Amino acid sequence: MSRDFVRQIPMDPGYFQRRSGLMTRLHLDPWLLLLLLLLVGFGMAVLYSASDNGVVAVKLQATRFAVAFLLMLGFAQIDPAVYRRWSPWLYTAGLMGLFAVLFIGVGSKGAQRWLDLPGLPRFQPSEFMKLAVPMMVAWYLANRMLPPRLGTLGVAFVMLAVPVALIARQPDLGTAVLVGSSGLFVLFLAGLSWKLIGSFMGLGLLVAPGVWLFALRDYQKQRIMTLLDPSSDPLGAGWNITQSKTAIGSGGLSGKGWNQGTQSSLDFLPESHTDFIVAVLAEEFGFIGMVILLTLYALIVLRCLFIAANGQDSFARLLAGGLTLTFFTYVFVNIGMVSGILPVVGVPLPLVSYGGTSMLTLMAGFGILMAVHTHRRMLTEA
Amino acid sequence: MMDWGTLKDTLQEKRLFQSRVMVAVMMVFAIFLILGARLYQLQIVETQTYTTLSDRNRVQVQPVPPTRGLIYDRNGQLLAENRPVFSLTVLPERVSDMPALLAQLQEIVRLNPQDIERFERRLRERRRPFETVPVRFHLDEGEMARLAVNRHRLPGVEVDAQLVRSYPYGELTSHVLGYVGRINQQDVARLDRVRYAGTHYTGKSGIEREYEDLLHGNVGYQNVETNARGRVMRVLEEKGSQPGQHLQLNLDIRLQQVAHAAMGSRRGAVVAIEPSTGAILAQVSTPSFDANQFVTGIDHESYGLLRDSLDVPLFNRATRGQYPPGSVIKPMLGLVGLATGTVEMNTTIFDRGWYQLPNSTQRFRNWDRGGMGRVNLHDSIVRSNDTFFYKMGHDMGIDQMSQHLAQFGFGRVTSLDVRDERPGILPSREWKRSVRGESWFPGDSVNMSIGQGYFLSTPLQLAAVTATTANRGTWRSPRHLKSVNDAPHGETLMADTDILGVTFGTREQWEYIVDSMEDVVHGRRGTARSIARGLDYRIAGKTGTSQVFSLAGEEYDEEEIKERMRDHALFVAFAPADDPKIAVAVLVENGGSGGATAAPVARQVMDAWINGFPEVLTGEPVTGAGGAL
Repeated sequence: MSRDFVRQIPMDPGYFQRRSGLMTRLHLDPWLLLLLLLLVGFGMAVLYSASDNGVVAVKLQATRFAVAFLLMLGFAQIDPAVYRRWSPWLYTAGLMGLFAVLFIGVGSKGAQRWLDLPGLPRFQPSEFMKLAVPMMVAWYLANRMLPPRLGTLGVAFVMLAVPVALIARQPDLGTAVLVGSSGLFVLFLAGLSWKLIGSFMGLGLLVAPGVWLFALRDYQKQRIMTLLDPSSDPLGAGWNITQSKTAIGSGGLSGKGWNQGTQSSLDFLPESHTDFIVAVLAEEFGFIGMVILLTLYALIVLRCLFIAANGQDSFARLLAGGLTLTFFTYVFVNIGMVSGILPVVGVPLPLVSYGGTSMLTLMAGFGILMAVHTHRRMLTEA
Repeated sequence: MMDWGTLKDTLQEKRLFQSRVMVAVMMVFAIFLILGARLYQLQIVETQTYTTLSDRNRVQVQPVPPTRGLIYDRNGQLLAENRPVFSLTVLPERVSDMPALLAQLQEIVRLNPQDIERFERRLRERRRPFETVPVRFHLDEGEMARLAVNRHRLPGVEVDAQLVRSYPYGELTSHVLGYVGRINQQDVARLDRVRYAGTHYTGKSGIEREYEDLLHGNVGYQNVETNARGRVMRVLEEKGSQPGQHLQLNLDIRLQQVAHAAMGSRRGAVVAIEPSTGAILAQVSTPSFDANQFVTGIDHESYGLLRDSLDVPLFNRATRGQYPPGSVIKPMLGLVGLATGTVEMNTTIFDRGWYQLPNSTQRFRNWDRGGMGRVNLHDSIVRSNDTFFYKMGHDMGIDQMSQHLAQFGFGRVTSLDVRDERPGILPSREWKRSVRGESWFPGDSVNMSIGQGYFLSTPLQLAAVTATTANRGTWRSPRHLKSVNDAPHGETLMADTDILGVTFGTREQWEYIVDSMEDVVHGRRGTARSIARGLDYRIAGKTGTSQVFSLAGEEYDEEEIKERMRDHALFVAFAPADDPKIAVAVLVENGGSGGATAAPVARQVMDAWINGFPEVLTGEPVTGAGGAL
């Protein structure tokens, strides 16, 4: 196929001077690893307080992180070329999973998100798609001329739209946003022209009323209304936002101190150890704690973007960049929602919120990033 | 699709990618700046607002209700106390499905339909927000344990330790003390919102109501930290409440017991007063009821029984029962006759058994139809001759009679602190004109001269009148309160304002009247001579009967009618006659003759007061511990 015509020209030959440390042999990036460990450690401390000194919760979370860490380690060993080869198949499998969920999925609270197949552990195909969709789009684009042409874009959009629509149908707005943005970020990084970006945004504004009228469910509309005016429903949907803003604001500059947060320990703050955990952090560690947290996230994002920018081929770069910006989207949507500038969508604070699924996906993504960074084919040696 | 032979310019692609990454980095920075700015706004600029919100969230001011003052009798016997009771309460604001919760509770504690019915009634009543509503009182230990175990799945359910009023002497004191009950809608309108924040009970009648202000005390406050479900986590700050004042009454519970026992199963009232002070030593109305039933709310069935009983146990005969005073007014009217010169001490009439007004054929009969022959005022008091008084009353005229009798205390509320005392009726020309719209007839004066006709008085009033007689005219208003918190209180707070007492009558005339009253008991022909046996002190008394008019037209069986149509028996007395320590009024409904049924009751009360109490009456509570529900 066309791949034969693609020439890979290593841009940074000096990089390939062998460094034989433990990190190199394990295909790990020490900077990224350090930042991740700092973030997770900070997260554990906050979780301890948010779960009312729940040693059990912290132990469970640590166990999950250990598993996720091993997953990252595993993913880091795989050559990006392998991901590239497998991309279409992984995507196809994920898509089938989503269709399966549509018909035989299980779940609770009116949302059908899980697949419970005999012989396999229960899993969420939508979570898997957070990796598979950017892979697929990156694979598709990397095989074609960049910046992509209109036809290419059309196909890529379909690749993106189908899983996003299926996930939104479950309904899981948070994941749909993340999966959708992961694909869009790949398109953006691939060089989607500004003209097109501008027209899409204009189109988005045009169809927004239609989306409001026909696509959004009542509770989703309610969340947006609540964002605009939390006092409209102070005990219902507005409760979460009012209480989380109160928690954040009452933290002040330096916070109430670890384990001293009243909003969470007295149960005023809902979901205090999952989606709203950042409010606990803000309450107990104050503005200073939040600046530290945001700095950690910013450094991780910068390091990952650096890795992406130095990726060996288009596929690796697009995938790494897409995953990085998705990770960033997590942070932005979560903190934006908790601090009341975005509507409430179920997006956890990455690597800090209590819960296993997103942590596995995220760490797998970081594994891929490390793989991109550490596996280099030495076609030419300077 | 890429055209065949088109070369991918990887260098160009990488540059493009890197420029896009630069854009992304700027985007990331911009967004982190937005987030940072947002946090700066919340945490630095508006932190004051949110700190206040957070504190308001968790810190709540809760009223601390004061402990109600205790009530003692004159010897320090406890008449009203506060006992801890554990009750099951519900905070309705935290309950989404009340029927489901009640069903759940029924599996844990005993709840009969009446409890549920009463709970639902309380639930409908207006109450302060976030105030708990009791479901059941007097939980036992097993129920408390089961509630504690199930507490987590019963949001809004709490166990309250409450002090509940208890009356150890039960029905013995109910008509004096009254009772407290849960604050209801009428009470809410009447009571000070701030002072009663947190208070659930208030005095409804009797002493409890009269001295509510002293007994209640002052509310305290505590700042508590609560969680989102309203459960108190810790107390941050406390300003203690000020307990209510303890009251000491003039009542002697032993005398109360004697009087109550002396009445036995008869309906009626006994009031005993210390003439020199006006102190109410005993105040009994029989039959009575147990006030403890009313504290936490009486059930419909029991209340119905009390309310509909023919004997009206809830009715306080001693202070609200208005009866024609009958012949017991004769000594007082006799003094009026002497003082006004209507009669002299030695004035006599010849009693043929009836009295006839001039120019009239209507005869007013003496109770002894045969007539008593020649009698003077002394004889007429001792033997209760009506004919003498008919003539004297007619000669005296209504205006003299009414004006002078008023000084004894007739026709007005006599006491200082008896709740809802009735004034009775002292008829007068003006009274008849304004109430009946008729002018006064000479026959009215004749009826009034033996305490019948329109004349009405309460047993308490008769006791006060008797005490005034015992004092030879000095007025002392009857009073329950002896002292507050052990400090003498009666003198300063409760002066006998603008009541002068009897201003007429010479010393000689008074002694003439008192001598006559002594002969009612000690004289050979006295109407109460039956109680003189074995007396080692002198009693001055007067018997009376008051006619019963009512009950016509209602359907009772004949025996019942016969019994209830009989006259009420009355007896008033004081003793010792020369140095009165006690004045007593006894009313026995349908008791017939005063000398036979009412006088023995008065004798027992006076015996106990003057000669000491029998051994058995050591002042122990009669109804056992508390007599609560």
